[in-house]
Order: sequence, then structure tokens, then C-alpha cells
Amino acid sequence: MAQVFTKSMARNIFYGGSMFFFLLFLVLTFDTINTLPKRDNRAALTPVVVQGKLLWEENDCIGCHTLLGEGAYFAPELGNVYTRYGNSLDAIKGFIMSRPKDGIPGRRSMPQFNFSDAELDALAEFLKYASEIDTAGWPPNIQG
Amino acid sequence: MTYQSQAVAKPYFIAAIALFVAQILFGLIMGLQYVIGDFLFPEIPFNVARMVHTNTLIVWLLFGFMGASYFLVPEEAETELYSPLLAKVMFWVFLVAAAVTVAGYLLVPYATLAEFTMNEKFPTMGREFLEQPTIIKVGIVIVALAFLFNIGMTVLKGRKTVVNLVLLLGLLGLAVFFLFAFYVPENLVLDKFFWWWVVHLWVEGVWELILGAILAYVLIKVTGVDREVIEKWLYVIIAMALISGIIGTGHHFFWIGAPEYWQWWGSIFSALEPLPFFMMTVFAFNMVNRRRRNHPNKVATLWALGTAVMAFLGAGVWGFLHTLAPINFYTHGTQLTAAHGHMAFYGAYVMIVLTIISYAMPLLRGRTAANSNKSQVLEMWSFWLMTVSMVFITLFLTGAGILQIFLQRVSDDPQPFMAVQEQISIFYWMREIAGVVFLIGLVLYLLSFFVGNREPEAVVEVRG
Repeated sequence: MAQVFTKSMARNIFYGGSMFFFLLFLVLTFDTINTLPKRDNRAALTPVVVQGKLLWEENDCIGCHTLLGEGAYFAPELGNVYTRYGNSLDAIKGFIMSRPKDGIPGRRSMPQFNFSDAELDALAEFLKYASEIDTAGWPPNIQG
Repeated sequence: MTYQSQAVAKPYFIAAIALFVAQILFGLIMGLQYVIGDFLFPEIPFNVARMVHTNTLIVWLLFGFMGASYFLVPEEAETELYSPLLAKVMFWVFLVAAAVTVAGYLLVPYATLAEFTMNEKFPTMGREFLEQPTIIKVGIVIVALAFLFNIGMTVLKGRKTVVNLVLLLGLLGLAVFFLFAFYVPENLVLDKFFWWWVVHLWVEGVWELILGAILAYVLIKVTGVDREVIEKWLYVIIAMALISGIIGTGHHFFWIGAPEYWQWWGSIFSALEPLPFFMMTVFAFNMVNRRRRNHPNKVATLWALGTAVMAFLGAGVWGFLHTLAPINFYTHGTQLTAAHGHMAFYGAYVMIVLTIISYAMPLLRGRTAANSNKSQVLEMWSFWLMTVSMVFITLFLTGAGILQIFLQRVSDDPQPFMAVQEQISIFYWMREIAGVVFLIGLVLYLLSFFVGNREPEAVVEVRG
């Protein structure tokens, strides 16, 4: 870093480089948004699924689980739980319903949320919707 | 301390340290829940402990960044802070907001908190790290705007150094990208895509500007190296950080429904993300080796060097380990991610805040340059205990992650998540023990503020 490379050159690389790559990022984002309708299963976004997403958020499910690999690593991946449970909405609902209120001695256990039937439906439909997003083949196998 | 108004930094640093303690205690609770699944259940479920652990981390780092700004901006600008009163008021607003949020997490079920704060009217809750009720998020924006206004006006009326400009740019970016926390579309893919505009563009983007500016400031102070040299390095480092990091966001878009070309963009650019951290290490050691004076605050210099090394290891090396798409296909969402997250946050952001606290606190408490030798030696012990235990936490989580990936995703007979968790519990136990050592280091860190206060300041030995 002798005199040939001056501070103002470094500054210009910073401003020019950051601007250029941010603009490129915007272009790629724009293209992504245009491509998403083919991948993101938006046709399945019914009011029930939307309600399920809100329930997913308002009960902080992401605080223990991952969804498409993002979240906490304390409990199983749920992006593909619908397929893991044999494409069964009832199996998902049954699991959520049957959690013991005081947990299981010595083991991790999901809390009992006391959801209504409509809420259970919404959550299960949301997880079904999530499982049908095109995730480029992830996860590697059914275990998530 | 050259300017009276720099004193407003002190409560910010104290609040940061207090929340740091809370963060570690809840981290230990979570660590134990990994092996004793029903620990504190159902009173403090894992997700609640995790929200406290991650949210206190973010908030105490923000307290640290704000304290750092209030301390260094007036000195760099060679003028008093625009409004010390506004800084004091905003301190209390931010602290109360943080306390209310943590109390809310702990005292009522999360769904009740959502209902009570009318989340359904403007849903923003329940996304990782951005779990705060919407009203609290609005409060954060108000605090951030008042803070930016105060710092911006100070910079404008004074000397415009590169450190100040880069810091201000980083803080501005921090505020702007936080606004994406209010965008929660119903479409899960869009939701995830723009969630990263907060999370990635913060920690692998604009926060690196803040990190670079604080590090440059401390190095100018403790080494006495010509500002021109340090500023040139700073520009090169942050240029590399943004050139690699912005498109590098793509490494989060591989498996969430975004187009597959992100596997190329994300892999290639994020593979370059270690470069700015490597340069930071070279820079920090170079400046200290070429120092024009020996600063009596040796422990602040230690923290500065430690930041550079640990940020390179945690953010750079551990990030690179799983950033290439073909590898990330197997590692995505495992304990390997947790390993990287721990060392990266500690190395880059925890350590830079502790660096500026270590440099500034003695001055804020009336010393002319540094704490007594006794206090500094204790702080150095805490440096090594916390840093080495974090290395071990990272190694144990890496071990857990590699086994998890093999048993659950690679082997011929992939096993269910919970079956795998039980088989790797030995690593979780060792991680918890390392966590206890970290806590001991933290206790020594706290003690270092209380010992040796009556002893004379450390001085530089003059060589005959």
C-alpha cells in the first residue's frame, strides 16, 4: 500500500463498488420477484393458509423449529413435515393436539397450545402449503 | 475524555453489560434444555429462552454501538455532542422498551403478548430475531431516528473524519434495513427473502462498517499510527465487505424457494466474504506492530487484536465452511449453522463492543488513560476465558453438527431428528460446560470494574 494506492482511490473503490453491487442486487431481486410465481406455490395461499401462517408466527414456532432450514435447531424441520407424515393433515393435527401439558420427564416436548379445530386446520394447511414450495430439492431426504 | 458530552456513553455501556449478563444466563438455560429436555418446562419453554438470548444480544450490541458513537463521534468531530439531553432521554426510552419486551416474553405466553399488542392489525411478530411486538419495533425506529439525528448533527457541525463518516453510513444503513422488519408478506418465500434484508444486510453488511469504524478509531488511539494510513485500510476493508457481502446475501436464498441462480451468485460472492475479515486481521496486527507509542491501556489493545482474529475465524472461516451451495445442501439448518453463528457474533460484534468499552470506560470513570495494572490483568483473564471457551463452544457445536448431518442426511439409513439429537448429546454436554467457563470469564469481566480502583493507573515502562 505505497503511495501509488492512495486513500482517495480506496474511497472510490468503496463507494463505486458498493453502489455497483447494490444495484446488481436490486436487479437480481427484481428478477427473483418476477420468477417467484413459478416456484412459490402462491396459488395455494388461501385465507386458511394465511391464517395458519399468522398462527405459526403468533406462537413463535420458529423459536424451536426450522422452516425450510431457517429458525431454531431444537426441534424438527417442518418445511417437509406434511410429506414426512405421509401427506396427512390429520397426522399433523393429531401430533399438535396430543402434546402433554406438563411436558415429558427428562425429554424435549412441544407445549400444549390448546388450539381450536379451525386453528389446527389452518396450521396444517399452512405446513402443507410450505411443503409444496419449490426449494431446489432441499431437504436431502424425508428426515429434514 | 476531551469533551464533556462524551459522558453520555457511560450509561449505554453499563446497560450493554447488564444485558450481556442476561444473554449468557439464558444461553446456559437453553444449553441445558438441549440435554435435559424438560428443564424449566413449561414455565420457560426453549423458544422463550431463545428469544431472550438472541434479543438481549441484539439490543446490547445496539446499546454498545450507540455508546461507542456517543463516545467517539464528538472526539473525532472535535465538538460537543449536538444534544446530550436527547441522548439521555433516548437511553431511558430504549432501556424501558427492552425491559418491557423481555418481561413480556417471560411473563405471558407469546400468543397472549401478540394479542395484547394487537399483532393481527399489523403483524410483524414471530419471525426469528424480530419477535418484538410491533409497537416495540416502532419504538426502536424512534430511538434509532433520534440517535441518528443527534450523531448526524454532531458530525455535520464538526470535523468530518473518515471514521465518523463510515460509522454514520453504517448506522444509517442499520436504520434503513431495519424497516424491512415491518414487511411481512403472506407469501412465505417473499417473507423469507426480505427477512434477510434485515438480518444479512445487517450482520454481513452495514454492521461491518460500524465494526470497521470503531476498530479504526481504537487503533488510531492506542497505536498512534498516522490517521491517513488507518483510514486507507478502513476504506479497503469496508469496500471488500460490501462488494462481497451484498450479493453474498444470496447464500441464504439457496433453499427457500428463490430461483436456483442464487446458488452461483451466493456461493461465489459469499466465498469472498472472509477476505475483508482477513484484511482486518492483517491490518490490526500491522498497526500494532508499527505503533508510534505504547499505550498504557494494554487490555484494550488485546481486545482490538482479539476482535480481528476471532471475527476472521468465526465470520470468515466458519462461514466459508458451509457457504458453498453443494455443501450447504447438507449443512443448512443444522448445529453447524449454530456453531458459525456463535463464533461470528462473539468475534465480530461482542468483541468490538468490549473493545470500545475497554478503551473508553477508564476515561469515562475519570482515569487519564487506563485502569490500574491489577484491573487490567483481571480483564485479560476474562478475555482469555471468554474467548477460549467460545472457541470450544464452536468446536463442540461443529462436532454435533457434523454428526447430525451424517446421521440425519448423509448415511444410507437416515434417522429422524430426535433420534439423532440423543446420539449427539455428549457434544451438547461439553458445549454446556464450555458455556459455564464462559460465564466464569464474564464474572471476572464484571469484577475487573471493581478491583484496583484505588491503585494508580498503569504506566508505560520507558526503556532506557
